[in-house]
Amino acid sequence: MSTLALQQHATLSHLDWLESESIHILREVAGQCANPALLFSGGKDSLVLLRLAEKAFRPGRFPFPLLNIDTGHNYPEVIDFRDFRACQLNERLIVRSVEDSMRRGTVVLKTPGESRNKHQSVTLLEAIEEFGFDCCIGGARRDEEKARAKERIFSFRDEFGQWDPKNQRPELWDLFNARVHKGENIRAFPISNWTELDVWQYIEREELQLPSIYFAHRREVIRRSGLLQPVTELTPARAGDVVEEITVRFRTVGDITCTAPVESNADTVARIIEETATTTITERGETRLDDQTSEASMEQRKKEGYF
Amino acid sequence: MSAIEHLPGIDNGLLRFLTCGSVDDGKSTLIGRLLYDTKTILADTLHAIARTSERRGLEAVDLSLITDGLSAEREQGITIDVAYRYFTTGRRKYIIADAPGHEQYTRNMVTAASTANLAIILVDARKGLLTQTRRHSYLAHLVGIPHIVVAINKMDLVDYDQAVFDRIRDEYLEFAATLGIGDVGFIPLSALNGDMIVDRGERLDWYSGPTLLDILEDAPTAHSERDERFRFPVQYVCRPQKSGDPKLHDYRGFMGRVESGEIAVGDEVLVLPSEQRTRIKAIEIYGSSLPRAIAEQSVTLLLDDEVDVSRGDMIVRAQELALVTRRIEAMLCWLGDTALDPQRKYLIRQTTRETKAMIEAIDYRLDINTLQQLPADRLGMNDIARVTFKLAQPLCVDAYGENRSTGAFIVIDESSNCTVGAGMIL
Repeated sequence: MSTLALQQHATLSHLDWLESESIHILREVAGQCANPALLFSGGKDSLVLLRLAEKAFRPGRFPFPLLNIDTGHNYPEVIDFRDFRACQLNERLIVRSVEDSMRRGTVVLKTPGESRNKHQSVTLLEAIEEFGFDCCIGGARRDEEKARAKERIFSFRDEFGQWDPKNQRPELWDLFNARVHKGENIRAFPISNWTELDVWQYIEREELQLPSIYFAHRREVIRRSGLLQPVTELTPARAGDVVEEITVRFRTVGDITCTAPVESNADTVARIIEETATTTITERGETRLDDQTSEASMEQRKKEGYF
Repeated sequence: MSAIEHLPGIDNGLLRFLTCGSVDDGKSTLIGRLLYDTKTILADTLHAIARTSERRGLEAVDLSLITDGLSAEREQGITIDVAYRYFTTGRRKYIIADAPGHEQYTRNMVTAASTANLAIILVDARKGLLTQTRRHSYLAHLVGIPHIVVAINKMDLVDYDQAVFDRIRDEYLEFAATLGIGDVGFIPLSALNGDMIVDRGERLDWYSGPTLLDILEDAPTAHSERDERFRFPVQYVCRPQKSGDPKLHDYRGFMGRVESGEIAVGDEVLVLPSEQRTRIKAIEIYGSSLPRAIAEQSVTLLLDDEVDVSRGDMIVRAQELALVTRRIEAMLCWLGDTALDPQRKYLIRQTTRETKAMIEAIDYRLDINTLQQLPADRLGMNDIARVTFKLAQPLCVDAYGENRSTGAFIVIDESSNCTVGAGMIL
């Protein structure tokens, strides 16, 4: 185009641009919300969020606590890393567990070993009520799933924590609207515009530490409908299963019962980036045992208050 | 996201663009084709849409299904909200805002356009310019998108005839001149066959210009051609005096993003609206000091003197003032379900500042199909009007035509907290 000649000012690289946008979003949360919290699981996306929060608010403290909803079905490496990182940052970590909700009777399982992934919503809403949070910052990305492609950066939830796709506020320019009435809630997603590859490139650039299960390691698995099911206490081998020990890594970490690793020898961030850039399967398609059930399943869970 | 040849070196920044067209212009197919030909579509997604195509009795995989979003929409077979898509070429990262083309969704298009730096306007080669082509062009222009590409699609259905392309181009240029649209490019393509999207194809030899992807790769990104006046709305004040670190006892950092221009340590600045004068003592981000900060960078500014600065104030260079005003004239797009009521007070948010506001006058309502100016005393959803607002507190503004950050505002209805209007200051 003829206008190419106009390009004369210094510009930001794509990672710098994304970082700057995310910092801007985090500072808007701090500026607009009275009592926000940052959802921190110990997973890679939320670890990126923490680095962005450091860039946004240091040398001050974070203007929000970290909140984790523990399903009780998490990999211990991830939980340990969560505690280590919160301690290292000297920030307040609040943990609320699905098991407490089960004891209260607000979460009722149909079968004892079932995935607790969707039950997190109940515990999250209980924590929001307990602390009076008016905004929860999360690490969801629009590239993750179809139902997220239209998600706002500041997403409105009603008193029941419900996301109504037809009742979202128009979001123009960078003018975010976090206003809520009492009991209502905003979910803010500072890395909405990042892709999985951006996340890994940022992890590399910032030299972020991650839980060990993101890197290639030996693990016993069973091949089940195209996915690798790790053999754990919660997901033991059934009669007739063929258990193999292979080299795998996790692309996402969540509830043990619904997160599958991928076969990989990538033991460094650089190698993971190389694999991510040449992968042929989406992050959720390859690793989430729960998302395959139906194309519309994420939309359904979000309507029920899921993150 | 495969086939990236030069990792990690995406150093040509990030381009946000908008696609607009009506249901049958092949917009979804075009986006699907861009994602597919840049190898962004991964096997499982492709498999899912292949299954859907088969179920619907289609012969080939329908690439438009890639951009289908929520199940509510899939049932209706239309796109009803703005969706964002991502792809990278290895040189540049892209964010596509996919806006639907229906008449009643002006608000979606304005929303999608607000963050875009380039618009692709799709025209069906068989149909030529339609009312909605004009409407989309006007809206793209209104929202200040600096680059417009008219993509004349479905060339395969007019036998790749250059005369058809030329006729539509000439007609569009005539129309663009009446609006004052300057930078407009034209490209013939077939999204269905992939001609002139990423690959040139074999049937458009008479066209010697760039492919659509070439245009996107070379288009200037937003911050490279913006207003050069320094604008820094303060988002948050950092005062870590309770941290126990005595060095931080007097630390006062003013956090925000450089919306335009640049600033260096030592520069003389003014804080608006109070007009206190001081100098930049330091520019920091996460423990490191920078000699200067450029547009779109989020940083923390430290000032030489102890001036009173809080969220909503704007730091500018001493010689480049913004207008501090209690009255704004603007083009307003009404987004709310409930009509604008001139008797009511609304809240206006501009940069990081908020103020109560009242309509002083609705100068006219614009019929966006005919561009006729009509009298109006109320505004309904999707109406566009020229209005004058009276403000309870002053705002620090620039004309939107000169600065898309400091010239933009949203209108909030305090009873519902909904965003009900989008304004561009004249």
